[in-house]
Amino acid sequence: MASDKSHKAVLQASEGGTSGGEYSSASQHAGHGAAPRGMMRWLLTTNHKDIGTLYLIFSLTMLFIGGIMALVIRTELFQPGLQMVQPEFFNQMTTMHGLIMVFGAIMPAFTGLANWMIPLQIGAPDMALPRLNNFSFWLLPVAFLLLLSTLLMEGGGPNFGWTFYAPLSTTYAPPSTSFFIFSLHIAGISSILGAINIIATILNLRAPGMRMMDMPLFVWTWLITAFLLIAVMPVLAGAITMMLFDINFGTSYFNAAGGGDPVLFQHLFWFFGHPEVYIMILPAFGIVSAIVPTFSRKRLFGYASMVYATGSIAIMSFLVWAHHMFAVGLPLVAELFFMYTTMLIAVPTGVKVFNWIATMFRGSISFEPPMLFAIAFIVQFTIGGFSGLMLAIAPADFQYHDTYFVVAHFHYVLVPGALFAILAGVYYWLPKWTGFYPHEGLSKWHFWLSVVGVNLTFFPMHFSGLAGMPRRIPDYALQFADFNMLSSLGAFLFGFSQLLFLVVIIKCARGGVRAPACAWEGAVDLEWSVPSPAPLHTFEVPPQTRDGQIVRP
Amino acid sequence: MTIFWICVIIGVVVFGIMGYSMIRHRKSRGAIPATFHENTRIEILWTIIPLVILFVMAVPATATLKDMYDASESALDIKVTGHQWRWQYEYLGENVAFTSSLATPREQINNTSEKGEHYLLEVDNPLVLPINRKVRFLTTSADVIHSWWVPDFGVKKDAIPGFINEAWTRIDTPGTYRGQCAELCGKDHGFMPVVVQALPEAEFDEWLVARKAEAEASLSDAGRDWGLEELMEKGEKTYATICAACHQPNGQGMPPAFPSLVGSAIVTGDMQAHIDIVINGKAGTPMAAFADVLSPVELAAVITYERNAWGNDTGELVQPAVIKEQLSQ
Repeated sequence: MASDKSHKAVLQASEGGTSGGEYSSASQHAGHGAAPRGMMRWLLTTNHKDIGTLYLIFSLTMLFIGGIMALVIRTELFQPGLQMVQPEFFNQMTTMHGLIMVFGAIMPAFTGLANWMIPLQIGAPDMALPRLNNFSFWLLPVAFLLLLSTLLMEGGGPNFGWTFYAPLSTTYAPPSTSFFIFSLHIAGISSILGAINIIATILNLRAPGMRMMDMPLFVWTWLITAFLLIAVMPVLAGAITMMLFDINFGTSYFNAAGGGDPVLFQHLFWFFGHPEVYIMILPAFGIVSAIVPTFSRKRLFGYASMVYATGSIAIMSFLVWAHHMFAVGLPLVAELFFMYTTMLIAVPTGVKVFNWIATMFRGSISFEPPMLFAIAFIVQFTIGGFSGLMLAIAPADFQYHDTYFVVAHFHYVLVPGALFAILAGVYYWLPKWTGFYPHEGLSKWHFWLSVVGVNLTFFPMHFSGLAGMPRRIPDYALQFADFNMLSSLGAFLFGFSQLLFLVVIIKCARGGVRAPACAWEGAVDLEWSVPSPAPLHTFEVPPQTRDGQIVRP
Repeated sequence: MTIFWICVIIGVVVFGIMGYSMIRHRKSRGAIPATFHENTRIEILWTIIPLVILFVMAVPATATLKDMYDASESALDIKVTGHQWRWQYEYLGENVAFTSSLATPREQINNTSEKGEHYLLEVDNPLVLPINRKVRFLTTSADVIHSWWVPDFGVKKDAIPGFINEAWTRIDTPGTYRGQCAELCGKDHGFMPVVVQALPEAEFDEWLVARKAEAEASLSDAGRDWGLEELMEKGEKTYATICAACHQPNGQGMPPAFPSLVGSAIVTGDMQAHIDIVINGKAGTPMAAFADVLSPVELAAVITYERNAWGNDTGELVQPAVIKEQLSQ
């Protein structure tokens, strides 16, 4: 409360007084004398930069927790036979790893970047709904503490895979499942509130003169992502509520013995789940579309077609969900329909890749860490796209479905894809957040170790899948041993090289080479017009813009 | 795999151009950035070309899929039922049915003995099929969703409770074919393999006749009076393949999901309650109904075994004839 009042006071004061090229000044911080300090500052903050930082720290923590679970999985799979964990715990690890990485690491990381960068990129003083912003963040630690606590409950945590297919997740589930459902509800509310806030900010708080088609692509992709979130999170909420009723109140939505339909669950889940996949990749497209032009020192090729491609990917994401269900016995026409629509998505996705390459073509390219991660993103995401196309061919999918080929596919899209884009974004914007460049040598070590590690982990999975290894098994036949050993070695290399990332961030927060307001030579977006590090309050007086550039502050 | 090679060609072209610009257009080589940022013609071109490629891919895929969906005019129908964690096969109209469970010994899984050649891909009773005949599989499940998969047949179909799915194959060469359950179905999902033995047609017919005779013999066997010792002996085997996965070899179970049978009220108390729960299962829990999975002899044997093993020592036994009578009601 206190912080909010003083915030308003500052806003009014600055509207009256400030002018000139500075969007903030040290004197304005004086208005925060009464603001809470220490723990309370972070608990009560309504500042988009503070909340963005909280989201990013939370997401990094979850990345490490989910990563440790991945390493438990890879240790067990290092050799055939059961060595370290029993199948019941192994299933809890695969389930929790998936849930934590999807809902705890990737999604909050993008929301954190959105909180930090969207107001800066559109010349807004803050998010449109600052208190709601605080609430949406603080729901997350609650949700995930609850989720993690299920591991300590009688019968263990969720053990039915992150897709939690009924009836394994209802009739046959451990007693902790109701807590899992509750935690997912809380995380879902957080996502919806965050999405509403982002839409309100983008539609209402753009600087004067900034048309929709002047917005940076990161803002565009997030706007579309936010609509996707609002459309599909309620579907997930509905599905898990039906589960809750089946478990506790004797209904039979998904119980065949009571007249219910287990396949209905999968339709509901994937109607949420497929757009969810794009929720985790569209903001990544936005980040890469900011970085590639900057380090090619050339305007983004085909800006308008990028926007339209993103929009069409989002719309089509509602029409492809059953390609996750080719083996459940859909009628032939449904099978054909979903095969065709899935193949069609390759077209707008291809357009994006071509545009990035055309942007690099005849540019003046340099290879700073953000650019390295962005280029690796383009190549590795495309590999994931190709395997996706192979999976889209329904007759072939009968062979690939539920094998390690699928595991390889979605990890290529999510780890060397989405996660690399997040890392690229962090390296790109760290100078803006801390005022210092990240240590170049360490960053490059981090990059190269990550690239080698991630490909060593996930590339052999294509082969173990094609050789016939089903996913989610704690032990396997002898012919899969070599590929699994390679994957496990890669996983440890990749996992431990992320500690280097932690070192880079901590070093960068404490000092290093000072960054000017415009930290990268080719960067043009509005965030580079405010000082580095960005002061707590920016753009308190909206700048006048034309074609996305400030003409009169 | 044609799709794979198309992807490789596209990849080489696209990343070739990318690699070219990464080498030729580096700032360190003094590259001056061009200023173009739009070209409608090329943008339309790289939308149309992928569309054409996709169309070329879709045509054969559609034909193959139609063929895969045509399960009509089969010579043999096999009903495949998934259970946690074994497969049950019924030769429809032939009165032959049996369950097929993992045969790999526990010691190999726990690394206390050398792993065999077919580690985790071997079963006690393989599905036996003829070559050169169209075989239709009807998959369903008695508990959670499983997926019946034999890679060499190109058949993977989910086995879903309340649903019956169709798939078919025609085997060309005799031999042993191995696969696994492909849908996460609980703790022993990794331990329910599929093994199919394909026999020449004449040999298969002989096998089927012999199997039918065996089924009839075991049915009449259920009528005679059984002693405690032979029931215990048979019960121990049945318990090991069917019950031990959840209730554990020592009967201790894994509470709360899988209760202990040692000194349990049901196992040491009223006999009829014990028979009921084994035959009909317990709704709302993972305890399945075994009426259709086990024969009357096996049911009687396993109930007798549970009532007398691990210090339960009730000294009680139940005759297969009693179970048979209850099943027919």
